[in-house]
Amino acid sequence: MNQVINLTLNGEPRTLMVACHRTLLDTLRLEGGLTGTKKGCDVGECGSCTIIMNGKLVNACLVLAVEANGAEIITIEGIQRSALELHPLQENFIKYGAAQCGFCTPGFIVAAKALLDENPRPTIDEIRFAMAGNICRCTGYTKIVQAVDETAREMQENGREAL
Amino acid sequence: MKSFDYFEPHSLEEAVGLQQQGQGRGCWLAGGTDLLVQMKEHVRQPGLVINLKKIRGLDDFHFDSVTGLRLGALVTAREVETSPLAHQHYAGLARACTDFASIQVRNRATVVGNICRASPSADTLPPLLADDASLCIHGPRGTRTVALEGFCTAPGRTILAPDEIVTHVLVPAPAPGTAKVYLKHGRREQMELATVGVAVSLTMSRGRCSRLGIVLGAVAPTPLRVPTAEALLLDEEPTRDRVHAAAAAAAQACQPISDVRASAGYRRQMVEVLTRRALVQALEVLR
Repeated sequence: MNQVINLTLNGEPRTLMVACHRTLLDTLRLEGGLTGTKKGCDVGECGSCTIIMNGKLVNACLVLAVEANGAEIITIEGIQRSALELHPLQENFIKYGAAQCGFCTPGFIVAAKALLDENPRPTIDEIRFAMAGNICRCTGYTKIVQAVDETAREMQENGREAL
Repeated sequence: MKSFDYFEPHSLEEAVGLQQQGQGRGCWLAGGTDLLVQMKEHVRQPGLVINLKKIRGLDDFHFDSVTGLRLGALVTAREVETSPLAHQHYAGLARACTDFASIQVRNRATVVGNICRASPSADTLPPLLADDASLCIHGPRGTRTVALEGFCTAPGRTILAPDEIVTHVLVPAPAPGTAKVYLKHGRREQMELATVGVAVSLTMSRGRCSRLGIVLGAVAPTPLRVPTAEALLLDEEPTRDRVHAAAAAAAQACQPISDVRASAGYRRQMVEVLTRRALVQALEVLR
């Protein structure tokens, strides 16, 4: 059984034909051509497929594509401001060496974006709490937490537009 | 995942009708955080998936100081976690909703889904049972209300028929002088299944314990209420000795198994520690 879905993908209206048993994750990667969202565990445990759906952080592997009909979706590709300009979170992940193999990084950055949208000045504990659904097997979490903390600090200094 | 037919009914009647046409081979979809994993792992292979999200009224989240809390089938764990009302009146449930999985999962997973999944380690069941919650069930013969106690019959099994939907969970309003605690024990704070969970709901009146629910998670095939432990404190002054005796009675009553997360002996010991700790914390809240 196939169905046509209409959704807003990183600000752009899109119409996609999907099989009902297709996950949103596979749809984003295969039909949407957005391969920044990664497929790790595929059962909601690793966070590498983290996206923002209707303002809420979710695992794209645990959402059926048909459920995204009418939804507004933001993926890692929608966080970068333009081809030439990175988001401050991305800048700080580079600056602090918060990525090694990089597979988990899109999920972490999307989760951090959702956190800072909700809570612009989180404590270290709040950052760690918000990132608990994202797993990194290379770097450890210290540099990731530092990068998010620094972004929040910059945002405080430069005003909210920094994000 | 095997292919299936997919529907988004707009009413309970339509949903039940679809399930009957599908001869009970359908699965209800609310949060989907368990269903999708089970379909991917071929634990469940439904012929049709019936998404409940378009049914009006199932997103109810309502508290009244007389009638209590009413949570619809679509209310997510994260909604409870971030609700000041839930923290104020249902602290155990709010804790349970905070302590499970990740924000990503809690933004989708529903409380009613956690109930219907009937996992022995389900986090929301002990606090709801300790509060004497009940469930509204809609089926072909109309709507019935049943006590949550007795709803889960075995791991993953409930009294629910395939063409029935749990539409709401109802939790009585707390009496004055009530404190609630849920303690979850695991190897880490988040992304963890409970090794042991203990919920306490305790009401004090004139220096004595006038109402008490003690419910244990992950130490029996279904969450276990322990009346033998409650009886040691009910209508009594909650002295240190009585609290310790109740904790020992809880450990005596549980039926843990050994598995990858812990041995039966360790679980039993932790039941005693956590029951004692939960009772002490509840009494401290009321001091």
